[in-house]
Amino acid sequence: MNTARNVNGREHRSGGQATIHFTVNGRNRAVTVPPMKRLLDVLREDLHLTGTKEGCGEGECGSCSVRMNGELVNSCLVPVLQAEGAKILTVEGLAVGKHLHPLQEAFLNQGGAQCGICTPGMLMAAEQLLAQNPHPTMAEIREALAGNLCRCTGFMRIFESVVAAAAAESATQAKAPHLEKTHHAR
Amino acid sequence: MRGNAQEHDLVAPGNLGAVLDLLAAEPGQWTPIAGGTELMVAFAAGKLNASKLVSLWGIPDLRFIAVTGDSIAVGAAATFLDLRRHSVIAAELPLLAKAASWIGSVANQSRATLGGNLVNGSPAADSSPALLAYDAEIEMISVRGARRIPYCEFHTGYKRNRLAPDELLYTIYLPRRFKRHTHYLRKVGTRRAMAIAKVALGATALVANGLIHEIRLGAASLAPFPARLMATEAALLGQAIAPETIRAARRALLAEVQPIDDIRSTAGYRRRVAANLLEEFLLELSAKAKRP
Repeated sequence: MNTARNVNGREHRSGGQATIHFTVNGRNRAVTVPPMKRLLDVLREDLHLTGTKEGCGEGECGSCSVRMNGELVNSCLVPVLQAEGAKILTVEGLAVGKHLHPLQEAFLNQGGAQCGICTPGMLMAAEQLLAQNPHPTMAEIREALAGNLCRCTGFMRIFESVVAAAAAESATQAKAPHLEKTHHAR
Repeated sequence: MRGNAQEHDLVAPGNLGAVLDLLAAEPGQWTPIAGGTELMVAFAAGKLNASKLVSLWGIPDLRFIAVTGDSIAVGAAATFLDLRRHSVIAAELPLLAKAASWIGSVANQSRATLGGNLVNGSPAADSSPALLAYDAEIEMISVRGARRIPYCEFHTGYKRNRLAPDELLYTIYLPRRFKRHTHYLRKVGTRRAMAIAKVALGATALVANGLIHEIRLGAASLAPFPARLMATEAALLGQAIAPETIRAARRALLAEVQPIDDIRSTAGYRRRVAANLLEEFLLELSAKAKRP
């Protein structure tokens, strides 16, 4: 196979493999894998971050949603070479130590998780929304989660969980406005 | 059968010149991949018929929106979220912002690119009716140079276009002369998000002294590729919007469109809905022209 330069100009491949450097949940990681390997598979198989789920494998269901450089993406549709140098946030990166993210608390309290397969993707899509729009309307919540399918059909409770999380975060901000929003910082 | 990553090579030269050199060195051998929302679906299903791919993701030369006095130039690798978030596009080309908001979901819009949508060439492409209604032009580029053509001449058949094997779609130009026009875009699909259009119609028109002075109709899923409805436009140009004009326009549209039966809809339904969309647009145009 030819040697080619990646976006940072580093020589990075040999024998059908490419070495990808990126940040996952704040940690610098490097993997040597085929460049067309899906980000989803690299997260699950190479980094053992199995919170990100595969549903449809074709970008229709949102189960594999992660944040890449601050945008929501379906990790099943990202060839890992395109994640070179990226900052990736997966569901494993939401909680801080033993403290669940407000969205995770809300999904637990409001019954937003049923069988659980769609939940990591729902959380990431909701995290994306609240990072950009801390006080969404119900219509905005529905649009932001429109690409995430719940086969248990528990959509109302999922939407209500997002409403509750947004309210909880505003309350926290009101009580301690000096505190940085740590969750959205990454 | 699942795709096997070992069977496909993917390189990321990181700049436009290097991509064009690669395409020129082995014309037709390399498949460009931008956000992967089409090609990675084929890959996952084991149906990606491309052994060598070159990444267009993360190339600043291809991802831009530049506003000048008379046009907006959109780089082929601008994403649909880029389009949705752009204030001049939202203000002057609302159909394009609207179409961008319909494409898949947020997670698709963050990766899917305008150029990818056009090169993929689906007859149901979401951005095409808006681009046709806005009289867009496109620029293609290779090491041999650049050439610019009207977008309505880009598609030449089902999933066929005017790109040479060493060429890349580079820029989409949108003229800034639609502020006074009436704009219309409606997509009929099974649900608002994530649905592929059964039928879509985009339109712009200008009425002067009670007569249709200018009109463009861009259709999706009514022909083997996204296309202007030129015969229907001709039937309307210079006419006053009266019931007989609308009836004649419906007849012209039904004679012009060539929809098919497929998994998403039937030709008969598509024909009837397309004529209804045209009528809806003409009634809006008429109502707007009557307002002082």
